[in-house]
Amino acid sequence: MNLDDLAEKAEEFRAAEAGVEREVRVCMAASCQSSGALPVLEALTKACGEGDGTCRVKGVGCMGLCSAGPLVAVADRDCDLQGSVLYRDVSPSDAADIMASVCGAPVERLRCPTDLPFFARQQRIVLENSGVIDPDSFKGYVAVGGYSALIQALSEMTPADVLEEITASGLRGRGGGGYPTGLKWSTVAKMPADQKYVICNADEGDPGAFMDRAILESDPHRVLEGMAIAAYAVGASKGYVYVRAEYPLAVERVQTAIRKAKRSGFMGNNIGETQFSFEVEVRLGAGAFVCGEETALMASIEGLRGQPRPRPPYPAEAGLWGYPTLINNVETFANITPIIRNGGEWLASIGTETSKGTKVFALAGTIENTGLIEVPMGTTLRDIIEVIGGGIPDGKAFKAVQTGGPSGGCLPAEHLDIPVDYDSLKSLGTMMGSGGMIVMDETSDMVDVARYFMEFCMSESCGKCIPCRTGTQQMHCLLHAIARSQGTHKDLKLLEELCEVVQATSLCGLGQTAPNPVLSTLRYFRDEYERKLSGPT
Amino acid sequence: MATQQSRPPLPGSDKRWKLVNATMRRNGYAGHALIETLHSIQDAFGFLDEASLRFVAASLDLPLSKVFGVATFYHLFMLKPKGRHACVVCTGTACYIKGAGGLVEAIEGHFGVNPGETTEDDRLSVLTARCVGACGLAPAVVVDGDLIGKQTGEDLIAKLEGLD
Repeated sequence: MNLDDLAEKAEEFRAAEAGVEREVRVCMAASCQSSGALPVLEALTKACGEGDGTCRVKGVGCMGLCSAGPLVAVADRDCDLQGSVLYRDVSPSDAADIMASVCGAPVERLRCPTDLPFFARQQRIVLENSGVIDPDSFKGYVAVGGYSALIQALSEMTPADVLEEITASGLRGRGGGGYPTGLKWSTVAKMPADQKYVICNADEGDPGAFMDRAILESDPHRVLEGMAIAAYAVGASKGYVYVRAEYPLAVERVQTAIRKAKRSGFMGNNIGETQFSFEVEVRLGAGAFVCGEETALMASIEGLRGQPRPRPPYPAEAGLWGYPTLINNVETFANITPIIRNGGEWLASIGTETSKGTKVFALAGTIENTGLIEVPMGTTLRDIIEVIGGGIPDGKAFKAVQTGGPSGGCLPAEHLDIPVDYDSLKSLGTMMGSGGMIVMDETSDMVDVARYFMEFCMSESCGKCIPCRTGTQQMHCLLHAIARSQGTHKDLKLLEELCEVVQATSLCGLGQTAPNPVLSTLRYFRDEYERKLSGPT
Repeated sequence: MATQQSRPPLPGSDKRWKLVNATMRRNGYAGHALIETLHSIQDAFGFLDEASLRFVAASLDLPLSKVFGVATFYHLFMLKPKGRHACVVCTGTACYIKGAGGLVEAIEGHFGVNPGETTEDDRLSVLTARCVGACGLAPAVVVDGDLIGKQTGEDLIAKLEGLD
C-alpha cells in the first residue's frame, strides 16, 4: 500500500458519509460519562431518528472543559471544535431543543461560547482529533488522514530518515523527564539485537493528571500509529501498552483500536503490504505508582513485583526480558504522526529554544475552568491559570500552583510570569512532570500539602531501597507533627537534612524526587512552616 | 520448549474458573501472565483467596511465595472479600484540594468504617484510590463502579444509604 492507496481509502470513507452535513457530537470521555453523557447520547439519537440522513449524532472524545460536562457540540461535518456550537451541562431533556436547532439558531440557554480564551488560546496538535472523531471508529480515523504517517514512513522513508525527522523536531519525552526523543530512539536503533520492544507508558499515576487517559480515550489509533512508526525506526516487532487498570474505558478503547487496526492490516504482519510487522498487546497495571518508573514498569510486564532496578543498563540497552526496549509516554507517541506528516522542522518552529511543540496540561484544583488544555511550550503560567483557566473562583486569591505531581513542587504568585518549559520549571525547583497542574487558593495550608504528597510517596514506595522506604516515613512523621503545630525547630532542621539524604541516595525517581514538594514549599512558603513551630530556635 | 508440568485440576466446579484458565492458556501458561491471571480472578470472584493463589502458582509453575508477593505488592488486588457495595473515595491531589478528606470523615462518622474496612453487616466496603483521573469533577467517588463527581459529605451519605 502506498500513500495514494490510503488517500483513496480515506476518500472512500468520506464519500460514504458525504450526505451528512451536520454532526451532533457528544463527549463520551470518562469525565463527561460520569456526568451523564450516555443518556444524553441516547436521547439525542432518539430525537434525531432516521431523518433525511443529513444530520448524525455521534460519540466523540474529550472536548476539554470537563467541569462543564456533559458537553455536546453541533458542527459542520469537517469543522473542528472551535468552529462548532458548544453546549454545556446538557441533560437528556434538552435533546429535542438541540436537534431542532441543528440547522437554525443555537439554544442560547445551554450555550458555551467557543471564543472564550479557554478554547481560543489553545493550539491543538496532540488533541487535534479529540472531540471531533469517534474514537471507536477506524474509518473515522482514516478519513481525517489517520495512518498516512505510518504508510509514508514505511513506503517513502528509511528508519534512518524517521530518526532524523524525530531528532530534528527537538521533541522531548512528555512523561516528565524531558529526555530528547530522537536520542532515545537512535540509541535503541543502534543496538544489535534480533528482538526489540516498544512500550507505551500509560501508567499515569500522578494524582491530578489525566492527559494520557483523555488521549487514549479520544484518539487511541493515533498512539498506536506513533508506536508503529517508532517500532519501524528502531527495528522492533513487538509492543506493549501498559495502562492503569483504574482506566477501564481507556483500556477498552485501546483494545478495540488494536483489533480494528489489525483487521485492516495496519497492525500485525506485513503492515501496508511491506516487510514490516508489529504486534501490540495491552498490559494492565494493578495500582502501583512506582510502575510509572520505566524499569519497574518492565518488571510489571514480566509479571513481577513492580520494583525498579539500578540504571545503567538503561532499557535502551537491556530492557524487557533483557532486550533493547524503547519506552515512551502516551503523549510522546501522540506527537509522532504530525512530525512525520509535517516534518521535524515544523514542530521545531513551535515552542521555546529548548522545549519544542505543545504540551497538554490537566488543569484542576480551585480554578474556574477545570479540564484539559494544549498550549505551545513557553506559554506563561499566568496565561494558563488566569486567562485560559479563568482564574480562581469565588473571589479568592491565588496562592500556589503545583506541577509535576508528587515529584514536582509548588510555585507562588511571584513566579507566575515564567514561560512553561522543562528548564524554567526545573530552575525554580519543580518540574514539568506529565502535565498535571493543580491550582490552590489562599485557603490551602502548604505544610499540609507537603504532608499530603509525602504520605503519597511513603505509601507508594516499593520498599526496595532504604532511603526511600524509611526516609519517606520519617519525613512524613515530621511533617505530620509540624502540620499539627507539634513540631520544633529541631524537627524542621532534621526534615531538611532528610530531604537531602533521600534525594541523593534513593534508587529510582520516586525516592529521588519525593523531597521536592517539601523543598519547594520550604523555599517559597517557609513562613508557614515557622509559624507552626515551637521550642528553641 | 521446556518440559510441560501437568496442570492442576480446577479448584472447583464453578464456571468462572474456566475464564481464569482461559487467561492462562492465552498466555501459554507463561510466568509473565501472573498479573493478567490475578486480574481475571479478581474480575470473576471479587478477590483473591488462598485456594486461587495456590491454583495459579501450580498452573504457572511459580513458587507460591512469588505469587503471594505479587498479589500483595499491587494495591488493586484484594485478599479479602469486599462488602456487597464498594465506595472508592478518590484522594488524588485535585480531590484532596476540593475536600476528599471531608468525604472520608463523613463516611467514618456515619458508618463507622475507615478506608480499607467493611461494615459489620458486609454491606459496604470503603476504599481510597490514588487518582481516578476525574479531576475535573473533584471531589469524586466511585460507587459500585460508577463514577460520581462534585460530591459533598451529605450527598454521598444519602447516596450510600440509598443503595440496595
